Amino acid sequence: MAKTDTMTINMGPQHPSTHGVLRVILELDGEIVVKATPDIGFLHRGLEKLAENKTYHQCITLTDRMDYVAGMSNNLAYVLAVEKLIAIEAPPRAQAIRVLLCELQRIASHLLWLGTHAHDIGAMTPFFYAFRDRDEILFMFEMVCGSRLTPSYFRVGGLAQDLPEEFEAKCREFTRTFPARVDEYETLLTKNKIWMRRTQGVGAISAQEAINWGLSGPILRASNVNWDLRKAMPYCGYESYDFIVPTGENGDVYDRYLVRLMEMRQSNEIIRQVLDKMPGGEVQVDDPKVVYPAKAKVLESIEALIHHFHIASEGFPVPKGEVYASIESPKGELGFYLVSDGSNKPWRFRVRPPSFINLSALSTMVEGRLIADVVAIIGSIDVVLGEIDR
Amino acid sequence: MDLEVIVNKVKNNFPESVLEASTFRGENTLVLRAEDILPICRFLRDDPDLFFDYLTDLCGVDDYPHEPRFQVVYYLCAMKTRRRLRLKVSLPGMVPRIASVVSVWKAANWLEREAFDMFGIIFLEHPDLRRILLTPDWEGHPLRKDYPLRG
Repeated sequence: MAKTDTMTINMGPQHPSTHGVLRVILELDGEIVVKATPDIGFLHRGLEKLAENKTYHQCITLTDRMDYVAGMSNNLAYVLAVEKLIAIEAPPRAQAIRVLLCELQRIASHLLWLGTHAHDIGAMTPFFYAFRDRDEILFMFEMVCGSRLTPSYFRVGGLAQDLPEEFEAKCREFTRTFPARVDEYETLLTKNKIWMRRTQGVGAISAQEAINWGLSGPILRASNVNWDLRKAMPYCGYESYDFIVPTGENGDVYDRYLVRLMEMRQSNEIIRQVLDKMPGGEVQVDDPKVVYPAKAKVLESIEALIHHFHIASEGFPVPKGEVYASIESPKGELGFYLVSDGSNKPWRFRVRPPSFINLSALSTMVEGRLIADVVAIIGSIDVVLGEIDR
Repeated sequence: MDLEVIVNKVKNNFPESVLEASTFRGENTLVLRAEDILPICRFLRDDPDLFFDYLTDLCGVDDYPHEPRFQVVYYLCAMKTRRRLRLKVSLPGMVPRIASVVSVWKAANWLEREAFDMFGIIFLEHPDLRRILLTPDWEGHPLRKDYPLRG
């Protein structure tokens, strides 16, 4: 038999289906991938270094520039870490609003994933449907904090401000219409022959492998591992909401799709419950050393003015120690490890980025498969390069 | 009490290794002797009661100007018992070295590469220890405290 040579080709960093600036060096034998080596770092901005030179409050705006399609979740994981370090807890109303917005964010993130992933595989229509509905969520975010992608709305000790009055009606309207929208996506894809042929059995990873690789989020659950931090180690009062954690069976691209679709339905359910049970009261802890005073107070009270000035210029010192706080972000376990030397800036600001670790298993998933599957598999991991490269 | 169980288990098997054990904000931390990190990690993963099957995170910390300067921090999770445990080791010198734990958790592969890239910590027996976020010809390790904020 004739000897065949392999060929090395370069996929990305400028390639529409690498979801940002991911480069994968593919060694091919015909159409079969023999070896895949991801090359990352094109979007590296040195965020961890930068954060070590900012006060704890200033770091909030850095966090939503990591996973920039899930800004709320990033903010939440970070402020929870700082709150753990100072040993304060946001009031119940703030916690409920955090849950509400993070679940909206999960839907928005999954919708962006759905649209682009389906588009990668050749289905154009879901993109328009998904973006139409994602925009409704971004519109609500804009209503809440004036920003669509980079909210910086969660603060240490609570929220920047309470929800606007018109929010509730808008949000209720969304939860009413959304389940039917998910049905629409499902009619387009779930039983679609082409979709099934392109995704079933592709990129499968076993439960044991997935755990050993440190995978988290929908991709781990698609491999039939029932692990969701909202259930396993609840934060922000997730234990008081009723929802299920969807899991898959085969751990392939198709199951990851199903898991994310079911998650969107569950998130919608959680949002509805939060709206029904929304507690009243303050949205910030009463701690003038940590929380900015209300603007009206700053204008008339000298004490409030001084606190405002201190927080803005010097920040606040936090106790010496180290903590790790993590949440179930749309992509998986997003954690912040903070080491404090007792000053107003973090000594070490470490992010545990879910996409980074999920992507590290890419080679195992694609090797031995067709080159067309690479696109499907990258899409199914749901990577955001801003978070991978930081 | 939880921490005690873990410490006793580790001490029974590695009597000299545990230098310190502490709890802060409900998080358990073991400070270990660097030489024993690989067998201890394997033990923590395989012991049927502890069963730390999941490596959540691994990162470097620079304690400049203190000596020993570098630390490697491992954050483990046991999915069955929902327990977490932090391991810390200190590494002396400007070219710190420690055994890689990729053979225990594959998750460590990229995490160790990142710690190498950012701190210059060398993970011995790592299958592919290259820079990961910076270019191959980059000079220095940016997360070291003596690396300037502006390059």
